Amino acid sequence: MSTIAHDDHHDHKPTGLKRWFFSTNHKDIGTLYLIFALTMFFIGGAMAMIIRAELFQPGLQFVDPQFYNSMVTVHALIMIFGAVMPAGVGLANWMIPLMIGAPDMALPRMNNMSFWILPFAFALLLSTLFMDGGAPAGGWTMYPPLVLQTGDAFPFLIFAVHFLGISSIMGAINIIATVFNMRAPGMTLMQMPLFVWTWVITSFLLIASLPVLAGGVTMLLTDKYFGTSFFDAAGGGDPVLFQHIFWFFGHPEVYILALPAFGIVSQIIPAFARKPLFGYASMVYATASIAILSFFVWAHHMFTVGLPIKGELFFMYATMLIAVPTGVKVFNWIATMWKGSMTFETPMLFSVAFVILFTIGGFSGLMLGITPVDFQYHDTYFVVAHFHYVLLTGAIFALMAAAYYWLPKWTGNMYDERLGKIHFWLSLISSNVLFFPQHFLGLAGMPRRIPDYNIQFADFNMISSIGGFAYGITQLLFVYIVIKCAMGGKKARARSWDGAKGLEWEVPSPAPFHTFETPPKLTKKVLESLY
Amino acid sequence: MATQEIYYIPEGSKWPIVGTLSLFVTFLGGAMMFNSVDAGKYVLIIGLALLTYMFAGWFADVIAESIAGKYSKQVDVSFRMGMGWFILSEVMFFAAFFGALYYARMFSIPWLSGEGQGGHNGTHEFLWSSFQASWPMNVMPDPAKYTQYKDVVPAFGVPAINTALLLASGVTVTFAHWALKKANRTALSAWLFATVALGFIFVYFQAGEYAHAMNDLDLTINGGIYGSTFYLLTGFHGFHVTMGAVMLAVILFRSLKGHFSKKDHFAFEAVAWYWHFVDVVWLGLFIFVYWI
Ligand code: HEM
Ligand SMILES: [Cu+2]
Repeated sequence: MSTIAHDDHHDHKPTGLKRWFFSTNHKDIGTLYLIFALTMFFIGGAMAMIIRAELFQPGLQFVDPQFYNSMVTVHALIMIFGAVMPAGVGLANWMIPLMIGAPDMALPRMNNMSFWILPFAFALLLSTLFMDGGAPAGGWTMYPPLVLQTGDAFPFLIFAVHFLGISSIMGAINIIATVFNMRAPGMTLMQMPLFVWTWVITSFLLIASLPVLAGGVTMLLTDKYFGTSFFDAAGGGDPVLFQHIFWFFGHPEVYILALPAFGIVSQIIPAFARKPLFGYASMVYATASIAILSFFVWAHHMFTVGLPIKGELFFMYATMLIAVPTGVKVFNWIATMWKGSMTFETPMLFSVAFVILFTIGGFSGLMLGITPVDFQYHDTYFVVAHFHYVLLTGAIFALMAAAYYWLPKWTGNMYDERLGKIHFWLSLISSNVLFFPQHFLGLAGMPRRIPDYNIQFADFNMISSIGGFAYGITQLLFVYIVIKCAMGGKKARARSWDGAKGLEWEVPSPAPFHTFETPPKLTKKVLESLY
Repeated sequence: MATQEIYYIPEGSKWPIVGTLSLFVTFLGGAMMFNSVDAGKYVLIIGLALLTYMFAGWFADVIAESIAGKYSKQVDVSFRMGMGWFILSEVMFFAAFFGALYYARMFSIPWLSGEGQGGHNGTHEFLWSSFQASWPMNVMPDPAKYTQYKDVVPAFGVPAINTALLLASGVTVTFAHWALKKANRTALSAWLFATVALGFIFVYFQAGEYAHAMNDLDLTINGGIYGSTFYLLTGFHGFHVTMGAVMLAVILFRSLKGHFSKKDHFAFEAVAWYWHFVDVVWLGLFIFVYWI
């Protein structure tokens, strides 16, 4: 089998700064994305720590309310656009060409630009922390008229969003072209690893939804500076129109964060259950249905703004419908594990935790999707608990799983399994201490985006903050594990995990700078042995 | 799988990072201008200059590689996919503004005047109870805040002529394509020239119409939701036509230099696709903004 891995003798790499600034190599660009995402995860995390410190006790302790709101807003923007999305694209960059036997991404120069935009876009955004009027504080959802009161930061916010959108759209185009045009001859679409599938579908979501957000924030800009009245009823517009535009983007966006995570666990669970993925085709169709449905549910974020009753009903039922394909996925992951010869290395631990905790987040999502009860839950900590279950114990856990799973392929070394397990258990416990009590807080009526709270919420908030600090510190351990693994350790085999299947495990570890410069020959027999 | 060509992976290139920097400087300049910082406009100009430099340099590299025969059929397919999906993203950008237009006409204006939901929840009664729905809406809910205009631009004047111009340019660009496929270089250049000319005439008419609307009709971007949707939709479209016409001009220039072959002329096709896209958006504008 190792004949597939065409080991290149002239594995020449560019050196110095040029290697990184001028890169056209999917592995280097993937690495840049991943390091950037991890850095932003810590910057956004530091902001979360400030928020949790302020909420440790009732009353105003450390920061003034305006700054608190800036922290909430920028934390969210960083985590979504700076941590989770770039980490996903970084994995796509590294793994998709390896998984489909392609020499690189289809458009390597554009690939480099998609990455380099990110640090510059965040420079625009983070510079606002030092401006007159402070950083944006109206929430990452940028609702007018509140967001129009932003100070000097306002145009920076809008342009940062445009800039990030350009990056994501270019990244998405690249992934689509790579997957549809660069597969090794013989690999049909329905033979692609599920991670590849989830990423193509995510790319469609990006291309269809981000330009709409760009249009929406452009209207904010003209409303503030050019006298248009898109969101001003005095001129015949409507502030609620912005919410429609935003969530038309926003709901697909949550699947942009989640679908790659689905793809990751669909790779990892079969590897450690030592069984093929249960219901491959149904996984593909479920992913596609989720993506399509995600364009018809946006107003479940707006149940309380006074929509016509028919709209409320439509969006409630459409939302319920998404539970069906999601249920198919959860069923398939569990069925894959059923009677498997399972072992629980760190990637598997994170993946199993993902399945359970993402499902908890999914259930609270269903509760929020029921119109009449959302009237109670809306804008409370219940919502905060919900989206952190799907984003942190969901998306971030899957990304962690991916990092552990592929680190041997990236670095050529095995990470320290004992430390990995410690990282997992500490993360698991602390994140639940952090977010589970927020369900109770929300049900009891504690509002989100407020720096102070009534005395009756004190105990749960203190517990939550302790969990938050513990989670934050635990992640430093992850950095240590990654650095240690990059520096050395037990040498990884080409197939680093016994049960791991797929083309990426046919090339040596670490993967050479250039792989599959001539496409591997995939006969039917080879393909069967791969899955 | 008979013969496998090697997919061309370019060496490291400075253009992506130059492109990133130029966009960064452009955005920075724009944001400074909005904050009334004097230096803003110079920063913006530097950014735009860098952007132009980047486009010229990047495309020059690609053209040189193409002429040197480095691109296989497969690379060509990647470019095609890239352009196609880029155009789709542009379609979605316009969709946001069309969405705003439909929303205003179907929901916010009727509700403000007391129909449906707006009668229900008191919007009409408590905000501007004398407001009456109309389209074009030239009496504002709050007349003190937005400028009232005398009239709007009628569909069957300059806009109709512009429709004819753009449709004709869609035909001429197709003729140019046919000429290219028959390797008739003279006809190619002539039809391309006609297309570019039609594009710029369109922009010229559009500018004249803007002047008329602003000066004679008092219809400005400050004219409530009608003015907002009118100027943003036609403005972004006009910008796209200008870009498209400039791109066509570059293609014309290249065809005069003898670039493109019967079989191999992706750049030409990409710009033609773009041009048709701009054309279709205009039809939407003509129907929904000007006509009905
Ligand atoms: C490091 C662990 C994290 C902690 C301790 C944390 C904590 C918080 C807190 C306390 C809030 C403010 C809630 C409020 O008052 O409204 C918040 C908001 C938010 N967080 Fe996190 N968070 C973490 C990780 C993440 C991650 C990984 C994501 C996304 C991938 C994320 C996305 C968001 C979003 C979207 C908001 C809403 C902001 C808004 O209301 O505009 N968080 N987080
Ligand atoms: Cu949603």
